[in-house]
Amino acid sequence: MTNIATPVTPSPVAPAPAPHPSGDKRFKILEVHMKKHQFRHDALIEVLHKAQELFGYLEDDLLLFISHKLKLPPSRVYGVATFYHFFTLKPKGEHTCVVCMGTACYVKGADKLVEAVQENLKIKPGETTPDKKVSLLTARCIGACGIAPAVVYDGIVTPRQTPEATLEQINKWVQA
Amino acid sequence: MILNDLLQLKEKELAARKKILLRCCMAAGCISSNSTGVKEQLEKAVAEAGLQNEVEVRGVGCMKLCCEGPLVAVEPANEMYVKVTPENAPSIISALQGGQANVDQTDPNAAFFTKQLSIVLANSGIVNPERIESYVALDGYLALHEVLNEMTPKDVVETMVKSGLRGRGGAGFPTGLKWGTVAKSPGSKKYVICNADEGDPGAFMDRSVLESDPHSVLEGMAIAAYAVGADQGYLYVRAEYPLAIARLQLAIKQAKQMGLLGAGIFESPFNFNVDIRIGAGAFVCGEETALMMSVEGKRGTPRPRPPFPAESGLFGCPTLLNNVETFANVPAIYRKGADWFAGIGTEKSKGTKVFALAGKIKNTGLIEVPMGTPLHTIVEEMGGGAPDGGKIKAVQTGGPSGGCIPAQHLDTPVDYESLGKLGSIMGSGGMIVMDEGTRMVDVARFFMEFCMDESCGKCIPCRAGTVQMHNLLDKILKRKATARDLAKLEELCDMVRNTSLCGLGQTAPNPTLSTLRFFRNEYEDLLQPDTFDGGANHSQTVTK
Amino acid sequence: MAAKTLTIDGRQITAEEGETILQAATEAGIKIPTLCHLEGVYDVGACRLCLVEVKGTPKLLPACTLKVAEGMEVSTDTERLRKYRRMTLEMLFAERNHVCAVCVANGHCELQTLAYSQGMEHVRYEYTFPKWNVDNTHRLFGMDHNRCILCTRCVRVCWHIEGAGTKNVAGRGGKSQIITDLNQPWGCSESCTECGKCVMSCPTGALFQKGSTVGESERDRNKLEFIVNAREKKQWNA
Repeated sequence: MTNIATPVTPSPVAPAPAPHPSGDKRFKILEVHMKKHQFRHDALIEVLHKAQELFGYLEDDLLLFISHKLKLPPSRVYGVATFYHFFTLKPKGEHTCVVCMGTACYVKGADKLVEAVQENLKIKPGETTPDKKVSLLTARCIGACGIAPAVVYDGIVTPRQTPEATLEQINKWVQA
Repeated sequence: MILNDLLQLKEKELAARKKILLRCCMAAGCISSNSTGVKEQLEKAVAEAGLQNEVEVRGVGCMKLCCEGPLVAVEPANEMYVKVTPENAPSIISALQGGQANVDQTDPNAAFFTKQLSIVLANSGIVNPERIESYVALDGYLALHEVLNEMTPKDVVETMVKSGLRGRGGAGFPTGLKWGTVAKSPGSKKYVICNADEGDPGAFMDRSVLESDPHSVLEGMAIAAYAVGADQGYLYVRAEYPLAIARLQLAIKQAKQMGLLGAGIFESPFNFNVDIRIGAGAFVCGEETALMMSVEGKRGTPRPRPPFPAESGLFGCPTLLNNVETFANVPAIYRKGADWFAGIGTEKSKGTKVFALAGKIKNTGLIEVPMGTPLHTIVEEMGGGAPDGGKIKAVQTGGPSGGCIPAQHLDTPVDYESLGKLGSIMGSGGMIVMDEGTRMVDVARFFMEFCMDESCGKCIPCRAGTVQMHNLLDKILKRKATARDLAKLEELCDMVRNTSLCGLGQTAPNPTLSTLRFFRNEYEDLLQPDTFDGGANHSQTVTK
Repeated sequence: MAAKTLTIDGRQITAEEGETILQAATEAGIKIPTLCHLEGVYDVGACRLCLVEVKGTPKLLPACTLKVAEGMEVSTDTERLRKYRRMTLEMLFAERNHVCAVCVANGHCELQTLAYSQGMEHVRYEYTFPKWNVDNTHRLFGMDHNRCILCTRCVRVCWHIEGAGTKNVAGRGGKSQIITDLNQPWGCSESCTECGKCVMSCPTGALFQKGSTVGESERDRNKLEFIVNAREKKQWNA
């Protein structure tokens, strides 16, 4: 990196030296995972999966850590992280409600489920309630078409949902 | 491991069989209805009744009738219990001792089951996907042994050509031809990739195969690798299928421990390693060049072909790419012979096809039927027609790349050519039934929105064209469009189909075109009369 | 290198093995419209303007990545291709906010030039008028995403020629955008070498040098006072 570039404002994120200055153990675990892949460039997606599993979401600091360790340009890491919908750059709520919007679920009224939650929580798919309790997400198809419409509550696939059943679950979270 | 070890393992497994076998579905659909609890209760009840030596409770993969899950099958009585709960499960054990089971049953001789012909799903619902021994007991890995010991790679390719198998991912490219091209491509490093990025909304065949019988896919990949001269394989699985990933990881580990994968398979010079790559939610990665970009850890954008992956694929090396169902067909073809396989199906479409039957239909689940089976047989006889006395309006095949086949064409046999003639495609096997309550313009918009969201953004026709087509469909649905807008939509469909870079864009107009073909009146009913400037954008001139 | 004989638009042409149709056509003086192609960096076949018809192939193929082959018969300028090219350009204009009159690139914009040459006089599709940002944080250059056509020339020159990898594409579909490092303001980039290649490579006014935009053209008001004094008071004390 040359010194010709004189940033107008200081860089918002500092480069990550090893070990991670925060002392957060999860960075160490992530690094071990990268080592398992011999820090290969083609392991980027695997590493992002692991990072999201450890941290819940991918914040700039974390992406920069990965880019330094894998010796990849930050733009490449960011480009990959934003290409795939599975990766999220924002923290999710305490609970997640993923409504499957695959064709089978859609023709069986999945859109009604989304509408119900949307109205109840006043958030759109992809958003989190202001109190950070619930995130509403939609999935393209979770492959559970035989039991449509399906909703995933905190990772648990639940079959044959109705707007009432969905709201009941949501309310349990909200009131908890 | 040598042949003798494999046969001994099989004998040992068969000898350990018990008098009564309870098969409990442990695929994702049934697990979500708490089949794990059902299995636990069954095991507990067996222990309490002191029947451990007579009754085996086996966690198996998909038993096909997903809508009635959790399913428990009893052998040899040939009974199938449906919607079993942990509470009523123990009564199944009481029934074995002459008591009464207070669980509903389904008729295993119903058309849903009897009209099926299983090749890909032959082991599904029978083997325990978490034990390699269970697969070996059903002659698993025997085909691989035969291929490695008695056939040259050239013979293997020839057998595949003779079988007439065509790619089950959707396009139907002859598998033997593909294998032959990769085999002939020069290069010391070659790859085999299994496409398990089942992205079509409404399709879950590949998930079921991976969850129910992972070893058949691994064996198929190993045979393919031997045929083309590859020593490294990748299984690209969607992140949305955690159970499939877990079972594959276990299966790979078990196969490696037994020397059925890895270095020197069956003590031959043949090496083959398989690694799992987990997708991250991008439909476009089902396209082969995009998938390879993703395996390389990059943004999953496709690239123009030629060059084809067979010449220059993963990391620039010759690469064979087939989907899950294609590989799952492979072991049976080598075990039973190419002629046996070619004897099933139609002249141009051989073998069977697995469909995921869903939507507005009584029996939802997985079906495997010989190619050429009429749609009518599938949806009316096997599927039981629309629920609650409704009427079937159309059947959607091929997902966002396919089309809607109207009820009057239900006599169409399912094969690649017949579905193509109707403006749909075989696709990977999603089959969504729609009843009279479904608005076709809405369906077209649903799929267009899907393609718009899933477009990678690389090429202009797909990136911008899907947005324009979606806006026009939306305008029509909101009753704000005129005949001129409809003409514009059709013009865009033609353009995007012919100019897009990859299959996603090239087929994105299909659902719209097919609904326009068969349900044009539904579009026209929504149009407004044409006024002078109604609908058209005021000319925006390029100024200088 | 073996020579290949082929026909482009009815003309017999010889080309070297390994050449693309675009190279062969250019050598023969046949002009095929291009947008994402940039001499010197690898081709991606993304803009679809250079699509040509090849006899015996039902699909249209991009001239920039298609290699020449013996006996190939290529058409580059059929009515169908012209129509598709116009539509492609129309879509580009409708996709973001391309307003030539107030653009830094007006008069030397490849998109504008192509629109003229392809006879695209107006846009029949609805403008989407998206709200994109302008990044003016860099001391030398600016990026106006409203004028970006995502040809990725800047990404490719930054990666392939400069080797810095500062620019890349983030997001996907219509929401794709060119980013700097971790989607930071350009001025904060640690990797940017300020070489300016991306600006040079940009076919539109999306990447520009500062001081060249319509809004930035500075007026020297003191000159007015000087002229007034000179003319009226006959004083030339500048």
